[in-house]
Amino acid sequence: MIYTLCMALFFIGLYGICCKKNLIKIVLGFIIMDYAVNLFIILIGYRKNGIAPILDKTMDVKKFALSSVDPMPQAMVLTAIVIGLAVTALLVALCVRIYERYGTFDITKIRKLRG
Amino acid sequence: MERCIYLILLPLGGAFIIAALNAVVKSAKLRNIISDILANLVTLAAAGIALASFGIKGSYSVGAWPPPFGINLVADGFSTLMLATVNTIAFCATLYSVNYMDQYTSKRHYYSLFLLMLAGMNGVLLSGDFFNMFVFIEIASISSYALVGFGTEAEELEASFKYMVMGGIASAFMLLAVAMLYSSFGVLNMADIARAIAVSPRATTLKFPLFLFIIAFAIKGAIIPFHAWLPDAHPSAPAPVSAMLSGVLIKTLGIYAMTRIIMNIFAADVTGLAPLGIISIIIGMPLALGQTDIKRLLAYSSISQVGYIVLGLGLGTPLGIFGALFHLINHSIFKSLLFLNSGAVAYRLGTRELNDMGGLNKVMPITGGTSFIASLSIAGIPPFNGFFSKLIIILACVKAGHTGFALWAVAGSILTLSSFMKVQKLAFFGEIAEQHKKIKEAPLLMSVSVVILAVLCIASSFLLLPGLRNITLQPAVDALLAGAEYAKIIK
Amino acid sequence: MTENNSVSGGMSELVKTVCVAVEEFIFVFGCYLVIYGHLSPGGGFAGGVILAAVFILIMLAFGKERILKIMPRKRAAFIESLGALLFLAVAWAELYISGIFFRNFIPSSAAGHFKLMSGGTILIYNIAIALKVMAGLFLVFFVLSITRVILEGDKLKMVKKQ
Repeated sequence: MIYTLCMALFFIGLYGICCKKNLIKIVLGFIIMDYAVNLFIILIGYRKNGIAPILDKTMDVKKFALSSVDPMPQAMVLTAIVIGLAVTALLVALCVRIYERYGTFDITKIRKLRG
Repeated sequence: MERCIYLILLPLGGAFIIAALNAVVKSAKLRNIISDILANLVTLAAAGIALASFGIKGSYSVGAWPPPFGINLVADGFSTLMLATVNTIAFCATLYSVNYMDQYTSKRHYYSLFLLMLAGMNGVLLSGDFFNMFVFIEIASISSYALVGFGTEAEELEASFKYMVMGGIASAFMLLAVAMLYSSFGVLNMADIARAIAVSPRATTLKFPLFLFIIAFAIKGAIIPFHAWLPDAHPSAPAPVSAMLSGVLIKTLGIYAMTRIIMNIFAADVTGLAPLGIISIIIGMPLALGQTDIKRLLAYSSISQVGYIVLGLGLGTPLGIFGALFHLINHSIFKSLLFLNSGAVAYRLGTRELNDMGGLNKVMPITGGTSFIASLSIAGIPPFNGFFSKLIIILACVKAGHTGFALWAVAGSILTLSSFMKVQKLAFFGEIAEQHKKIKEAPLLMSVSVVILAVLCIASSFLLLPGLRNITLQPAVDALLAGAEYAKIIK
Repeated sequence: MTENNSVSGGMSELVKTVCVAVEEFIFVFGCYLVIYGHLSPGGGFAGGVILAAVFILIMLAFGKERILKIMPRKRAAFIESLGALLFLAVAWAELYISGIFFRNFIPSSAAGHFKLMSGGTILIYNIAIALKVMAGLFLVFFVLSITRVILEGDKLKMVKKQ
């Protein structure tokens, strides 16, 4: 069920990218899509009643491994978030520059290129 | 195998040293000179290492963590072949940019991004697990997004935005597919996943990740239904970057990653790719023929030439794969040469419009001569490399029983010939315009770099000789044909 | 809060006072996250983001002249590259000392488990990442906030206050 919601979020983002005419809305669509994927990865590692994957002095390692959630997807998501941050920053910077040149955020008016 | 580490380490270190120069060196001129020298040394060293690494087959566990837990780097015949191509072209492009990039401000940032892109590509070629591959693909892509918009003119920004959005969708698809694989196998290591898939083939849950991977890499490799970003992005970038993008980036991020995953990891049926290749050939070439902007023409022809590579790979026969890989090398050489030549013309003339050129052979003999060689190569005229690779692909089509594909490939080849004859006729032959008579030949280093590539254009035909073939191309073909045997490299 | 103030003049006295009161704590918290990143939640990226937030907070509260005194753009760019270079340098040193790239050459038992030094070189990596993230994030914010476009009638006018 929750995976379906995740997919829905992904397609909302994709819809935003494909159908919106405003550059900023396209960027937002991109961010939503990125976060849907991140959410999906986090959900993979989820375990019911799992504990946070942080080893403490008092814990037994084997018991810990049996009860904690999978830390691997979390590490992956952290990396993916950083990459998403870089892409988003670059996208926003490009939007600012495009606005400088064209004076608009409307992609139907930004059409110097064909193809 | 140890030396392959330096292929990632050197460009990465070089990129950040060049980025840090701003605060250390006060004089702007000195900064440019240092970054010129440093970037060229780094790419020269990388090219040397890559050329010396033929025949390496093995894996390297980073941090001494054994494969399922740690990151591991893998090299086999296919990756060493690609590494040699990528780094050689990168060296020519950096040599070229010493003079060419003087037109732009902040050369340092250019070199920094360029080396990051190189590090990313080398990383993709060496990485042995999915997530690592994703990260390196993103490093290469993000720096290429920035490089496409480097001129910050209106068209360039627009092209860069388009490229970024398409590339971002591709990355999201790829990450989703990686996540799905992780959820079904619990590991990210390519070899382990390949083994697991070999045990339980045809599981329906695997179809969807494979589908997502193919879409993602088809976008990155600009195979036709997903090609929309390429004709804008490649012409907009500075010439050496166009050469890198068209010559090696779409092949590394698109073709290499796609074939590696389909053939070695999933060991899936590749024959579905052949029609995609044919579509790319058929649609790409007429579009190229209609262009009058020299760089746009080259960009469209890239789409159709990548079609040949995909067609060859899609046949799935040893001969087809051999032809495809050979064409891949050849295309990187002559397409980057053509892009560098178009850059030289634009550098001297200030225009990329073919109709404004003419008779440039008289004033720019080196540029004219090398681009003539490259045009003949790409069109497939006998003594040059393009002829042999296309011939092999077409023969492979006939042998595999796809005579229709072979006919279309021949037709595409004829169209290529006509479109490059158009370039030659309009730009380099004929009467020279009055205002262009005082134009000089391109600066020294630019000429040196195009001459190197032109020599390679002829020399790479010799890769067909058995002695060279057995070192370079044959291991790559074997690596691809081995399918899931790929996993055995990793201990 | 008008947009104009946030870039040049700074905000009201109240905001400035609160900012002065909390900025050290946030900074120390960021450093804590970086240094203890391998033992508890946190790490180079999270700590670096919080450190960057300190600079962004100062910039929002006091305006950009003040922040440029503490952290000029050139210095930020240098710190960013320095972070990356430090990371690579440690990795390279490990290649020479232990023969394997990224091999941690300080044994974890040297200091005992759950002690600060038990992570070996991971601590240095965390610091390098924090430097890079701090400077990088601050620069992204700074560069995006100084570029503003003002539409005056039909004429497009760029205001670049740099």
